[in-house]
Amino acid sequence: MSLPDGVTRRDFDGREGLATRGSPVYGEPTDGPWRRWDPNRSKLGAMLELGMETGLGGGESVLYLGAASGTTVSHVADVCGPTYAVEFAPRPARDLLDVAEDRGNLFPLLKDARKPRTYAHVVEAGLDVLVQDVATRGQARVAALNRQFLADDGRLLAAIKARSEDVTAAPEDVFESVLDELREEFEIVETERLEPYHADHLAVIARPR
Amino acid sequence: MTETSTDAAWFRGAESGDLATARDAIEHGSAAEPADWPMQAVEAGFADDEDDYYRLLHAATVNAAREAVRERERADDQQLRHGVRAMDDAERTANELAERAVEWAGTLFDEVSGGVEGAREIADRTPETTAEHRAVSLSRRVRELDDEAADLRAFIERTAPAVAPNLCEMAGPVLTARLVSLAGGLEPLAKMPSGTVQVLGAEDALFAHLAGRAPSPKHGVIFTHEYVHGTRPEDRGSAARAFAGKLAIAARIDHYSGDYRPEIHEELADRIATIRERGER
Ligand SMILES: C[S@@+](CC[C@H](N)C(=O)[O-])C[C@H]1O[C@@H](n2cnc3c(N)ncnc32)[C@H](O)[C@@H]1O
Repeated sequence: MSLPDGVTRRDFDGREGLATRGSPVYGEPTDGPWRRWDPNRSKLGAMLELGMETGLGGGESVLYLGAASGTTVSHVADVCGPTYAVEFAPRPARDLLDVAEDRGNLFPLLKDARKPRTYAHVVEAGLDVLVQDVATRGQARVAALNRQFLADDGRLLAAIKARSEDVTAAPEDVFESVLDELREEFEIVETERLEPYHADHLAVIARPR
Repeated sequence: MTETSTDAAWFRGAESGDLATARDAIEHGSAAEPADWPMQAVEAGFADDEDDYYRLLHAATVNAAREAVRERERADDQQLRHGVRAMDDAERTANELAERAVEWAGTLFDEVSGGVEGAREIADRTPETTAEHRAVSLSRRVRELDDEAADLRAFIERTAPAVAPNLCEMAGPVLTARLVSLAGGLEPLAKMPSGTVQVLGAEDALFAHLAGRAPSPKHGVIFTHEYVHGTRPEDRGSAARAFAGKLAIAARIDHYSGDYRPEIHEELADRIATIRERGER
């Protein structure tokens, strides 16, 4: 597996880890211009750490759903091109703003990912990558609703949280039903559980149908 | 590109440096589907080239999001605070006035029942004498105040889930609003240790305790929740402690992340069930 341009492995205090170049965001260790991408705090970081074929090469255009306070999307913006970050909760969005101020290619949007009409007049069509980490019920539906932003050869990188769909069901069953729903709009390329970094999360890489 | 899709673009109608217009368009505009906005912006003369477009987009989105965040934050928890205090005032005043109206009407009409319900019945009567006019009119004020209290409650029920989704799931909208109000806002509530959350609203009892005049209070306003008052008196202290502990966590999640976490609600339900089972054995 190859890492995207702009992502490298470096030594931080004796521990090797992924790193990108950018201003620090969440108290992560730094080494010169590099800052550690902590896979325990970032599902996309865990996907890269686990060697999944994200297809990220660097410079892509991205729509990121569920940006929260910007932990992961800061690294994405460090390596990618235009990056649209959607988050609907004002409090984490406040921190996301600080992250975006330092990154000219990061465009924060205080919007609900279930209502793409409310940001389709800002987010451009034909994007390379849709990253999704909304941790809310109806994760497959959110992906389907936002497929319209992806280019035909674009890619969905999603982290599915089992407990957000159903706290009582077995994660395996939840993942199966989410994947079934995703298959209506996407062709699944690769899936992987994110243990040991994130419990009961399934990473999904998919292409639009 | 069709004319209609350009109509929807956020930059339509804005001059390049006009952040206020752009903010309004970003926040309130919409489009049926996305399009190649960077290219259209250059074609429309809004931006010189793609780089210029992204520079303008960055300034516009950061500004719009900052304003929207500020507005929503100012709005939410303080509105909730005013709402619940107004509801309490309206209810208390309605009750006080109802008592006066009912007492008065009891000297004028037969079969007058008590409380706000009694006053509502009097409000429907047709008065004949001047005294009856006054008593009926007073009862109508009670009815209006009581309706106002109900509207305020509905407002709280609509607002609280957006302000504090986890607190709301745990405590219900009205108790959530009370906790936020007693603490002075969601942020101060999120910074409180759980022991303080536990006795919020029991300040009088707490001062009496600190002055050595009373035992330490086991609960404040959280007593109104079923988890506390529905637990046997000898286990109420444990239930209040467990409940307050999770409320403090919920307040922190609501304030710092806004993410809904189903697991903390499950954990609390389990914990309360365990405390109650203990008493049954
Ligand atoms: C698990 S957190 C994301 C963490 C983030 N991706 C990171 O790694 O830095 C999920 C976020 O999704 C947001 N979210 C949930 N539902 C959403 C929706 N419908 N629209 C926008 N954001 C949503 C939540 O407010 C929360 O901040």
